[in-house]
Amino acid sequence: MKKLLVSVATILAVVLVLFGTQSYLSSKTGTGTSSKDVLNLYNWGDYIDPALLKKFTKETGYKVSYETFDSNEAMYTKIKQGGTSYDLAVPSDYMIQKMKAERLLLPLDHSKLTGLKNYDSRFLNQSFDKKNKYSLPYFWGTLGIIYNDEYVNKKDIQHWDDLWSSKFKNQIMLVDSARDALAVALITQNKSVNTKSQADLAAAQAKLTTLMPNIKAIVADEIKMYMAQNEAAIAVTYSGEAAEALSNNKHLHYVVPSEGSNLWFDNIVMPKTAKHKAAAYAFLNFISDPKNAAQNAEYIGYATPNKNALALLPKSIRHDKQFYPDNETISHLQVYDNLGQAWTEKYNDAFLEFKMTQR
Amino acid sequence: MMPKSKKQRQLFYVVPYSIWLILFVFAPLVLLLFQSLTTSNGDFTLHNYAVYFASGTYLKMTFNSVWYAFLITLITLLISYPTAYLLNQLKQKQFWLLLVILPTWINLLLKTYAFVGLLSKTGTVNNFIGLLGIAPQQLLFSDWSFLLVAAYIEIPFMILPIFNSLAEINPRLEQASHDLGANKWQTLRRVILPLSMPGIKAGIQAVFIPSLSLFMITRLIGGNRVITLGTAIEEHFLVTQNWRLGSTIGVILIVAMVIIMILTRDRVRKSSRKRG
Repeated sequence: MKKLLVSVATILAVVLVLFGTQSYLSSKTGTGTSSKDVLNLYNWGDYIDPALLKKFTKETGYKVSYETFDSNEAMYTKIKQGGTSYDLAVPSDYMIQKMKAERLLLPLDHSKLTGLKNYDSRFLNQSFDKKNKYSLPYFWGTLGIIYNDEYVNKKDIQHWDDLWSSKFKNQIMLVDSARDALAVALITQNKSVNTKSQADLAAAQAKLTTLMPNIKAIVADEIKMYMAQNEAAIAVTYSGEAAEALSNNKHLHYVVPSEGSNLWFDNIVMPKTAKHKAAAYAFLNFISDPKNAAQNAEYIGYATPNKNALALLPKSIRHDKQFYPDNETISHLQVYDNLGQAWTEKYNDAFLEFKMTQR
Repeated sequence: MMPKSKKQRQLFYVVPYSIWLILFVFAPLVLLLFQSLTTSNGDFTLHNYAVYFASGTYLKMTFNSVWYAFLITLITLLISYPTAYLLNQLKQKQFWLLLVILPTWINLLLKTYAFVGLLSKTGTVNNFIGLLGIAPQQLLFSDWSFLLVAAYIEIPFMILPIFNSLAEINPRLEQASHDLGANKWQTLRRVILPLSMPGIKAGIQAVFIPSLSLFMITRLIGGNRVITLGTAIEEHFLVTQNWRLGSTIGVILIVAMVIIMILTRDRVRKSSRKRG
């Protein structure tokens, strides 16, 4: 017993000493959040080039306190509770609409934004934020199909309907998300991915159920790992996940079906809790700068909405049809609307019922 | 520091315990129950329970949860009892027991990812059977792989109580049983097994109850082929943000757990064991 007490006390003492050293070091380098010259940035994990944060501090003098979240819902809950005063956050499209409706966002003063002209007009003025009153696009992307050319012919998998082919029995990994899975079925039936018709939704669920024999697994972020390890031949997932999988396995390719798909955005917003507005505007202008945006896009591997930044990127990225689809395809893409509580549940219940169907 | 009178001393112990119990046991339970029984305006309603019991999906999911928890418990029991019995016969039994417990020091998620590496198409198991000339098999995303990983994770929690109850049995009872003419099988069935029953019951509780709401493994290893109530709770709290229905499912799971506790409770028989 005595030995146990001594060892526990030793561990606690070591932890305490380490903690003390750490807080001493951080107070010396000045990443404390209490100071005035600080920017509290709330973003997805590993979603900015760390070198840019250093550069921003060097150029403007504002220190960045970078906190991360792993889902829109987690971010929403934290901002709504208002415990930490974040100056900028990076939610996705439908969530911006929801936060806007609940008055959790501050309008952006366009006269203070110097970089607006750099953005591609195709990615501004979206349905979730008309005239970009509350947000600036950060990255955009699509929903699509990853395939492995060792097992699948390119010409066999160009459209959503190809997924239903009897050739792909037990070969497909589907992303574990109600909106995305149902969007695939809705698009094959020429319906809106934001439909609020019970009949459309039921038809989509029925169509999706017929895909079950081809589905190997319904998984989330693990898709990129499984695809890189050749676990499955085909996967339905987002372009961001695809970019990471493709960089780990040269046999993988990504297709955005030309008949349509989802177009998603992660935009920067200023939550109501923002305290350091000058720092926030400085950051918005910094990240809108083509050179910085290009560096960030090269680091993250997602598609940048900044047209002047795109021009600075290497040709191999600029002309990559997988992640920068042509205008024809882009014109068929649909952005998700916030469906509201009742319809969000209807979509999720339909998806849950689909998941429960046996092979 | 230590108060003097007996009454004061009792109070000294009671206060921190009761604060702890109220804050971290009763308050969350009451909140859960309250959430499940109210509308967003705070009015009383049974609507959430009506939704639950009127939905074939949720009932099927409940059945799935209980069925898979039962299978996991059965598999771990079948493996753990002989293991605990043999461990008890060994000379360095504390050392061997430590080896059994060691894996519980590793994070659950890490162990699950290790199984992904073992069972994937290009994983260790397939490489090994490849040496024997067998083509790679689909091992992940099946009921079997799910049960294997879940049982692996739960086994130490079954072995430990059984081992302890076996270690408590006075060895002379076994000798007496032999002397009185019982063979090995009869001794095991009539003496050892009944005396180790409390350990088995404790093990069943320790395995069955957490197995009811497993959800990480159902996705990572089961590929959402196996859907349990844990999946539904995760969805209602994280995706649809309908905390009320999520709480309802939570309450139903708690009721299921209470039923298991009652079924496997240790009836007052300790007095006969302590003699010997």
